[in-house]
Amino acid sequence: MSNNSRQGTAESPARAGGESNNVPSQNNNLKPVQVKLVLLGEAAVGKSSLVLRFVNNEFQENKEPTIGAAFLTQKCRLEDKVIKFEIWDTAGQERFHSLAPMYYRNAQAAVVVYDVTKSASLDKAKSWVKELQRQANPNIVIALAGNKIDLVQPTEEGEEESAESGRQVPTDEAKAYAMEAGLLFFETSAKKGDGVRDVFTEIAKKIPLELMMSPRPRQIVNGGPSPLPGLPRANGQNPGQNSGCSC
Amino acid sequence: MDEQYDIIVLGTGLTECVLSGLLSVEGKKVLHMDRNDYYGGESASLNLTQLYRKFRSGATASSELGKDRDYNIDLIPKFMMANGELVRILTHTDVTRYLEFKQISGSFVYREGKISKVPASEMEAVRSPLMGLFEKRRAKKFFEYMQNWVADDPSTHQGLDLEKIPMSAVYEKFGLEPGTQDFIGHAMALYLDDSYERIILYITSVARYGKSPYIYPLYGLGELPQGFARLSAIYGGTYMLDKPVDEIVYDADGKVCGVRSGDEVAKTKQVIGDPSYFSSKIRKVGKVVRAICILKHPIPNTDDVDSIQLVIPQNQVNRKHDIYIASVSSSHNVCAKDYFLAIVSTIVETDNPEAEIKPGLDLLGPCVEKFISVTDLEEPIEDGSKDQVFISRSYDATSHFGTVCEDVKSIYRRVTGQELTLKQRTRQDEEQKEMAE
Repeated sequence: MSNNSRQGTAESPARAGGESNNVPSQNNNLKPVQVKLVLLGEAAVGKSSLVLRFVNNEFQENKEPTIGAAFLTQKCRLEDKVIKFEIWDTAGQERFHSLAPMYYRNAQAAVVVYDVTKSASLDKAKSWVKELQRQANPNIVIALAGNKIDLVQPTEEGEEESAESGRQVPTDEAKAYAMEAGLLFFETSAKKGDGVRDVFTEIAKKIPLELMMSPRPRQIVNGGPSPLPGLPRANGQNPGQNSGCSC
Repeated sequence: MDEQYDIIVLGTGLTECVLSGLLSVEGKKVLHMDRNDYYGGESASLNLTQLYRKFRSGATASSELGKDRDYNIDLIPKFMMANGELVRILTHTDVTRYLEFKQISGSFVYREGKISKVPASEMEAVRSPLMGLFEKRRAKKFFEYMQNWVADDPSTHQGLDLEKIPMSAVYEKFGLEPGTQDFIGHAMALYLDDSYERIILYITSVARYGKSPYIYPLYGLGELPQGFARLSAIYGGTYMLDKPVDEIVYDADGKVCGVRSGDEVAKTKQVIGDPSYFSSKIRKVGKVVRAICILKHPIPNTDDVDSIQLVIPQNQVNRKHDIYIASVSSSHNVCAKDYFLAIVSTIVETDNPEAEIKPGLDLLGPCVEKFISVTDLEEPIEDGSKDQVFISRSYDATSHFGTVCEDVKSIYRRVTGQELTLKQRTRQDEEQKEMAE
């Protein structure tokens, strides 16, 4: 891949913008607004795969548990704004219920993922939503994503019944819960790409405008004329980010 | 957890988390456990519920204090020197990207019954009420000298070899009065042996951002261990909070080979941990008394700023050790709006530790809440070479992270057999890198 993959970034204008996939960011006169987005959900529901699909448009079969990605970035272009998602992966810290509160500090968006073939993963997703509503930024935009719908879609003639029977979370049930809890709702397949872009585009649309107007505190470290020099927030230069790419 | 690891780390205090992160980055397979259900151990920042659980056996906080989630109260008061070693470790590991920092607004010293700002540049020395007119001129010369001193450049040394001569000889050369030597030693060197390196660290840290030499992470010091824990996890470290540690298992030769929790035993070649996991392998070397205070006002006579360090030098209150006061506020996202936190601390010298910090508490004005604790300072009896168990030291009463970083480096050296080398990334490097992309 090109050198931008080193940063784990890739241009991906969202559909809503109606632009082609190849518009380089330089041509854009809207300044991208940075939005921290955190992924949550039980281990092995496909959190990292969703992001890899969104950021690099790829899927790795039998992906190992997450290693090496501090966060990935991806731009999402709407008609009136460009959002640069800074996507934080759990780095496996959710496996033994050891996710640090730092993880969702200042997060403006969260994608809570469950596996449509495992009903227990929806219960876990619900507890993450509760945790976010208790601990995170009160204006956080939360999307619930039921992943792995490729496993319950008919792939060939005659497989329909057996495939649908693998589903443990009916769409209506999850959707009703999402409505009630005030979440965006999607069903996705990181493997095939279905619905993945929509998750991020709809979140981008829903991020409150006032949040975008006022920069986050880290960007205006007050108490001095300039942001703390020497403590820069590096722009994605983390060796660990490489592993997010296939190159 | 029944697997083979290279290193098992016990406790998620800052020392342990930095080591866990550094070792994971180097490719070691790390299991990191903590008996608590929160990160940070002794260096955690707690919310009100956790704080009251710890100090008030679970009593509930007054609703007047505001929301639980607004509070991140440090258990150990320390600030980061802007030019210090911890900042170098943070930039070396890129953990800075998880954190946001703010400057501490002022550094003060208590002298002859008054609180004064510590002058840290030749400009401030000229304005300082701590010195008379002629002394100011001498101090100005001294600050200029220290600020411009470069180890490799003898032309900046003015014939003084700071490596060899004591600071007293330097003070003498500049003709500084004992009172001036006193605040330089206690409020700037922040150490009993006021070595020139510490004074230069202080002065260059101030030069970095002005106002004070200190910076502080938003949401409290507890963010530091969490940041390094995330680094460790990103590089494959496994995290288990709320996990009891029931036994350290040794082989026939007395070398560590595992850690047992309940019925599970994780195998390992080395163990790193804080003293609380190794009661039979540590000794007590002293005690620290700390008072965590919640205030509704800034500390009086400190220009109403949002954060300060205030040092009461030992000789001002007839003690052997200095008393430190560290104060932060809602502008650091550590307490509800309009509240301030202050921690008064010192090394215990008598049987009545609470009385020892009274001179500090008296400077705070009325406290809404006050939590006093006396903690043992502990250190390992052995260096770990025999049993491959490497134990960190307790967080001491010093006001910044210098000694913590020394401990990190020392354990790193003993665990890996190599020195920790940090890449000092400069602004220019960063910019060039960005340009190249």
